[in-house]
Amino acid sequence: MVQFTDWDILKNLLLAARWTILLSLLAFAGGGLFGLILTLLRSMRNTFITRVIQCYVEVFQGVPLLMQLFLTFFGLSLLGIEVDAWTAAILSLTLFSSAFFHDIWRGCIEALPKGQWEACRTLGFTYMQTMRYIIVPQAMRMSIAPTVGFSVQIVKGTALASVIGFVELTKAGTMINNAVFEPFKVFALVALLYFVICFPLSVLARYLESKNHVTR
Amino acid sequence: MSYQLDFASLVPYLPEFAAGVWTTIELTIISTLGGLALGTFCAQGRISNEAWLRRTCACYIEAVRNTPFIVQLFFIFFGLPALGLKMTAWQAGMIAMIINLGAYSAEIIRAGIEAAPKGQWEAGKTLGLTRRQIFMHIILPPAYQRVYPALVSQSIIVMLGSAVVSQISVEELTFAANFVQSRSFLSFESYMLAAVIYLVLAILMRQAFGLLKCIAFKNPSL
Repeated sequence: MVQFTDWDILKNLLLAARWTILLSLLAFAGGGLFGLILTLLRSMRNTFITRVIQCYVEVFQGVPLLMQLFLTFFGLSLLGIEVDAWTAAILSLTLFSSAFFHDIWRGCIEALPKGQWEACRTLGFTYMQTMRYIIVPQAMRMSIAPTVGFSVQIVKGTALASVIGFVELTKAGTMINNAVFEPFKVFALVALLYFVICFPLSVLARYLESKNHVTR
Repeated sequence: MSYQLDFASLVPYLPEFAAGVWTTIELTIISTLGGLALGTFCAQGRISNEAWLRRTCACYIEAVRNTPFIVQLFFIFFGLPALGLKMTAWQAGMIAMIINLGAYSAEIIRAGIEAAPKGQWEAGKTLGLTRRQIFMHIILPPAYQRVYPALVSQSIIVMLGSAVVSQISVEELTFAANFVQSRSFLSFESYMLAAVIYLVLAILMRQAFGLLKCIAFKNPSL
C-alpha cells in the first residue's frame, strides 16, 4: 500500500493541471479560428449562410457540452474514425467555443453603426478593405474583454472532458480520491487549482471591460 | 458509410427517456427558483453596508464563477459527507445547481440594481421608507426587468448544466441516455435523441420565460 502525502496529492494534481491548460489553449485557438471564419462568413450578409450559421450556433448553445462530447466520442467511431479522448475533447471543445466566439464577435461587429458600412461603400471600398481598415480594428478593441471572459468558460468546460476519460485536473482528482479517499481535501484542492487558473482571467476581463468603457 | 442509424429500436426505451426528461425539468424548475432567490439575496449582500456581508458574498460569487460545475458537484456530493453532511445524489445535484445559479444570477441582478438611478433611493428616503422597503418595492422590480434576458439565458445554461449531474447518478435525461445506450448499444442514436430533447427544452424554456415576462412585469415599456 502506497501512502500519499499531501504533497504527493498536490504534485499529481499540478501535473494533471498541465493537460487542463494545454487542452484549454488548443480549444481556445481552434474555437477562435473557427469562430473567426464563421464571423467573416456571416458578415458577408448572405441570407443562406446566415441561416446556416444561426442554426449552428443555436445547436451548439442549446445542447449541453457533455452531450456534445458524448456525440463526438461515440459518433465519430460509427463513421469508422477511431477517436481517442484527446481528439474528441479538442474537437468538441473547438466546436462548442467557436459557436460562442462567433456570437460574441458578431455582436461586436453589429454594435458598430451601420453608417460606417455605407460610408465605406460610398468611398468605393471593397468588402475586404472595409473589414480590414474600418470594421475589424474597432470590433477587435470591443471584443477583447468578452473574449477573455469566455476563456474562463473554456477552462471550466475542459473539466467535462474527464467524463470521456481524458486525464486532466478533474479526472486526476477523481483518481487520486479513489486511492486516498479524502474527497473533501482532494476536491477542494482541485477547485482551488481551477480557481488559480480562472480567477486571474476573470479579473483581467473585468479590468479590460472597465478600461474599454472609459475610452468610449 | 456502412453504419445504418437505427432510431426505431429506441422506441421501447421511450419511458426511460420520459422519466429522465421529467427529472431534468423538475431539477430545472426548483433550481431556477432557488438560484434566483439566493442570487437576489447575495446581490443585496453585495451592496450592503456591512463589510463582512459584502466580502462573504463576493467570495462565494468568485469561488463559484471560477470553478467548473462538475468539481462543485463532486465537492458537494463526495466532499461534504466526509464532514458528516450526508445527502442523496438528487439532493446534492439540486444544491449544486442552486449554488451555481445563485452566484451567476447574483452578479446579473447586482448589475440591474446598480443601474437604478440614485434619485430613486433618495426619493424613497424622502418618503420615509426604510432602506429595505426601498430595495424591495422600488429598486428590485425594475432591476429584474432590466436584466431579465440575461437571467433567462443563465437559467437555460443551468438547465443544460444539469446534464452533468448524471455523473453522480441522478437519473435525469443524460443518465437515461447513458442507461439506454448501455442496454441497446445504440450509443449514437440515444445521445442524439437526448441532444435533440435538450435543444427542444432550451427553446421551450425561452418561450415559457417570454410568456412569463408578459405576466410578471406590469410596465413593459421600461
